[in-house]
Amino acid sequence: MTKLKACLAGKCLSLAKQIRREIVSMHAVSRNSHVGSSLSVADILVALYFCVMKTNANNCGDKKRDRLLLSKGHASSALYAVLAKRGFFPKKLLSDYCVDRGKLPGHATINCVPGVEVSTGSLGHGLSIGAGLALAAKHDKNKSRVFVILSDGECQEGSVWEAAMFASQHKLDNLISVIDYNKLQGFGKTKDVVGLEPFGKKWAAFGWQVKEVDGHDMAKIIKILESVPFVVKKPSVIIAHTVKGKGVSFMEDSLAWHYKSPGPDELKIALRELA
Amino acid sequence: MRSAFINTLIKLARKDKRIFLLTGDLGFSVLEGFRDEFPDRFINMGVAEANMIGVAAGLALSGKVVFVYSIVPFVTLRCLEQIRNDVCYQQLQVRIIGVGAGLSYGTSGATHYSLEDIAVMRAISNLSVVCPGDPLETEMALKESLSYAGPLYIRLGKGHDPLVYRKLEGFKIGKAISLRYGKDIAIISTGNMLPNANQAASLLKKQGVDVRLISMHTVKPIDKKTIIDIAKKTKAIFTVEEHNLIGGLGSAVAEVLAEQPAKVYFKRIAVTETFFKTIGSQDYLRSKFGLDANGICKTIIKGMRKIRHG
Repeated sequence: MTKLKACLAGKCLSLAKQIRREIVSMHAVSRNSHVGSSLSVADILVALYFCVMKTNANNCGDKKRDRLLLSKGHASSALYAVLAKRGFFPKKLLSDYCVDRGKLPGHATINCVPGVEVSTGSLGHGLSIGAGLALAAKHDKNKSRVFVILSDGECQEGSVWEAAMFASQHKLDNLISVIDYNKLQGFGKTKDVVGLEPFGKKWAAFGWQVKEVDGHDMAKIIKILESVPFVVKKPSVIIAHTVKGKGVSFMEDSLAWHYKSPGPDELKIALRELA
Repeated sequence: MRSAFINTLIKLARKDKRIFLLTGDLGFSVLEGFRDEFPDRFINMGVAEANMIGVAAGLALSGKVVFVYSIVPFVTLRCLEQIRNDVCYQQLQVRIIGVGAGLSYGTSGATHYSLEDIAVMRAISNLSVVCPGDPLETEMALKESLSYAGPLYIRLGKGHDPLVYRKLEGFKIGKAISLRYGKDIAIISTGNMLPNANQAASLLKKQGVDVRLISMHTVKPIDKKTIIDIAKKTKAIFTVEEHNLIGGLGSAVAEVLAEQPAKVYFKRIAVTETFFKTIGSQDYLRSKFGLDANGICKTIIKGMRKIRHG
């Protein structure tokens, strides 16, 4: 790895820590669920918004922008925090997250703040919308790319596989899905509920080029995301192995923190761990 | 209505490059003309309706006007949440085209009937519901759909629906059309019931009943003004639809009537069940449920007797 890249990864790691501090604070104020899901996807979002994607915070409608669809819409606090940090809107708006008269819903909602591309929340919708965006870009000879972040539990939805088949049939190499594979879903371990393995082989069988990565190794995430499409004329999928609640010791790999939100004392500990 | 739909869409697509047509693997001997002329704007999505609606939303987010085509239950109920979240929540220019209104696929059985779609689609915010009454209304609705803001559900009959109008001017989504101006009773019809309602009006005329006939091609947003106007001017209102009794045109009209002061006799003429034991042609099933011209006529005469006997 070149010095520059190492430096970039280091910068992103520190940004991710700041994002995680925002996330736990937002959940502490709002007492909203899904803090663990947001913490698990934070590194991926930072890598995308600060290193990989072409975005334009001053012009959200820029036709040449790359698009990010958070199909696992319940991790919206992470997306809002990253967008604010990237300059899409003032940071003070983050206090609007999941509170009375708030404008930032617990599930990402189109244009609730600049930069949110689609409304999600019900799982299994994002990849189809992403395929439509990717198809339009191809049709319009627009080089912009579409990144769709899915959760592992979400891949139990049949519509994900409808979209997967469609994307490879239409050779959408401008469509990249990233799976936040944190191994926990709403009411149990993914492998105990409806297991996904052999997960990579499933995607490969559906015509996607697959790579796996440690979803918290910033340098590796950036490197892999920068190398898409992995193969010309094929959609790319990155299976990112993550830990739910990553960064806060008592939230890590815990089903309870899919639902719980930190109280004042827990927030203090969390912020200390993320210092 | 199918051929009116595709012929109009082809003409529009020649001028408007935003138009895309997606189908859920249906449209044999209907959609070929569009496919052959605009191969890069036609996609057979395969048998995957949820994905079809999601992809349509993605295309619409990129500025396309997207028509999605399938048989009614498959393009409404099967992918309902995609319609609600991806299309309506985001207020996108997706035009959902359902073919086979009501009992069009009579012998196919209940899986292919569309008897709940108006009720269900009507309940979704931002979605307008248009049920053209004949090929000309279909053509007009299609033309207006290009400039109409927000999502649309357009419910079509099948092939060979009879023409009701010789010519049609001033069609507007959301504005009912008066075809007859009688003063005794009113028939409000939607969708492919229009020819039968019109025939029933002729039969009634022979019996001395003067009918105000309304084509309520747009069930949502419903034309309240026209309903309130006829409630004041006629003694009885009958709604006619090839749809379940619950939640369709009849319910929409009843909602308006219940909240306005004029007292008027009101009766819904619709299909009273969905999962019936005998199948048959559309005409057979229509007569079974009193939706042929004679049946409509009989229900109306019966209703009028009730008014007379108080």
